[in-house]
Amino acid sequence: MTFIVKDCALIPLSTGLRASNLSEFKAALAMAPTECIYHHFWGALLQPRFDDPEFKNDFAVWVYREIRDEVLAELLAIIDPADYSDLEVLRGEIIELIEQRIEQKEWLAWIPATRPFYFLRAQIVVFDTGRRAETVEDLAALLPELSPGSVFYHVIDARRRSPICCDDFSAWLEGLGEGYEPLRHALSEIDPYFGSLTDLRSQLINAFQSFLHVEKV
Amino acid sequence: MTELLERYAEVAGPDAVAQLRQLAEPLKGMKVVHVNSTRVGGGVAEILNQLVPLLHELGVNAEWHVIEGNAAFFTCTKKFHNCLQGAVDRPSEHDLAVYEQVNAENAERLAPVLKEADVVFIHDPQPAALIRHFPERKGKWIWRCHIDASHPDRIVWRYLRQFLKDYDASIFSLPDFARALPHPQYLIAPAIDPFSGKNCDLSEDFIDAVASDFNLDRGRPLLVQVSRFDRFKDPLGVIRAYQITKRFFPSVQLVLAGGGATDDPEGGMVLAEVRAAAAGDPNIHVLELPSDAHRIVNAFQRLATIVLQKSTREGFGLTVTEALWKGKPVIGGNAGGIRLQVINHHTGFLVSSPEGAAMRIRYLLERPDQAQRMGEKGRKYVRENFLMTRLARDHLTLMVALLRREIERIDTTQWRS
Repeated sequence: MTFIVKDCALIPLSTGLRASNLSEFKAALAMAPTECIYHHFWGALLQPRFDDPEFKNDFAVWVYREIRDEVLAELLAIIDPADYSDLEVLRGEIIELIEQRIEQKEWLAWIPATRPFYFLRAQIVVFDTGRRAETVEDLAALLPELSPGSVFYHVIDARRRSPICCDDFSAWLEGLGEGYEPLRHALSEIDPYFGSLTDLRSQLINAFQSFLHVEKV
Repeated sequence: MTELLERYAEVAGPDAVAQLRQLAEPLKGMKVVHVNSTRVGGGVAEILNQLVPLLHELGVNAEWHVIEGNAAFFTCTKKFHNCLQGAVDRPSEHDLAVYEQVNAENAERLAPVLKEADVVFIHDPQPAALIRHFPERKGKWIWRCHIDASHPDRIVWRYLRQFLKDYDASIFSLPDFARALPHPQYLIAPAIDPFSGKNCDLSEDFIDAVASDFNLDRGRPLLVQVSRFDRFKDPLGVIRAYQITKRFFPSVQLVLAGGGATDDPEGGMVLAEVRAAAAGDPNIHVLELPSDAHRIVNAFQRLATIVLQKSTREGFGLTVTEALWKGKPVIGGNAGGIRLQVINHHTGFLVSSPEGAAMRIRYLLERPDQAQRMGEKGRKYVRENFLMTRLARDHLTLMVALLRREIERIDTTQWRS
């Protein structure tokens, strides 16, 4: 069974929704398309970055920088979108956190943001890299060459495509037989969210190398 | 692979070119027409000069046409431009009549091309009303806004919206600029061509010769702003920042270099104001360059110690991209598309006043190592985000999405199987 290495890019689109304070933000979030929630949690991983921001999702970053409420920013930042297979549930969770915070500090609803929040969605475009792996060894050798877009596609986007939220590597290994169960287990323990795509690639490389090393021994 | 695509592969990587070829596959032979209002001068003309040949290399039948207009037409469209950027400089009823008449004449002239096109890209407000004359158009029409329309004058926006609402999609450089329109609004940043005269490598001999021709001393710090003489580019603010800097670095030099765009009737007036402000200081070089002086502009940017783009409104600011590509730190106005490119403490500094610009100039002149590190980061940032290959990829994606009605996911790997 051949593993086809793909790459992807996200092309953002405006939804026309914007918010200049927390009250507007809550209202816009309630009506934003679900793709928009996905984009602001996961799409941020593919945006150009110069540092490793402590707040990973766009909502938390905006509340921290533009509303300047650290408490709500922290509450939003700790949300792990991987825990939510249904984005509507995630939307409800965020709205509830905002409402709770506004109940604590009513004035937070109306203080103007230093810059508005723009609700975006994205089209994903998928490419064939021409790279193929027939064996686990082949795939391990290809991993260091994976672009951030490839990592995003095979790990992040894969979870969206898979009915059981599984990355493409694990799905492929399953077809190779039970001997690869330890590697699948190691992959399942990787947290895809709290790091950059480069970090994620390093973790994938480590998991494959550790497995192959044990196999050799 | 053609020679042009091979050259792009060398700079942007072979995968970037392979992606373009995959995306272009279903568009081969299709007629794609770009329409704008000037062949020379300004960022739009520069982009089209490079993008159209690249699309051709990929097998897309791309063409570029320029609308023809008189002085009254461009006076009106300059008012549109100013109003979209927030100024209150509304065109009169007479101006609007001229605008619609010129668009009607151009629609008649371009009808054979536009009727047959599969995709039409209309750039900025000047040709926006063309669509009204093609009610039974065959292709998809896309309006590309290159302007910082974050705070438009509402009356002018309402007037233009009557044309814009009929397009199939629009493109803005930033989410801040997108307006309420009844079609998909793509967010696509512009890009530069690394092989154009503005951005190609130059010999040291040529750079020396330019320095000598324009009386610039390569041993002294040089500040450079390259842009049209336009109030939104704040050339007077740049002179003020230079004058403050001079107290700390008396040897500093300043180049304000601008070319004229044929669709900008205000340039001469602003240039006169700038010359008056610079009078008496031999270290301020106010240069009006011909629109084809690309290699000279390229040399100025390479000669610069720091590049400035102190705009108060800016659609994108390709001169910022050009400077970053040449490894220069940029001090830019905290406006529009400059924010996408100038990342504080990484590729340069965003400023909101001449004093802020002077403070950052002083900071960087005192820390040449840091300026160099910023420049290196800036070049890498451009390579990964603002080269023509990325722009072509986004345009191709948009066309595929509209023509194939693929909304959320465009999987080129499915086309082959």
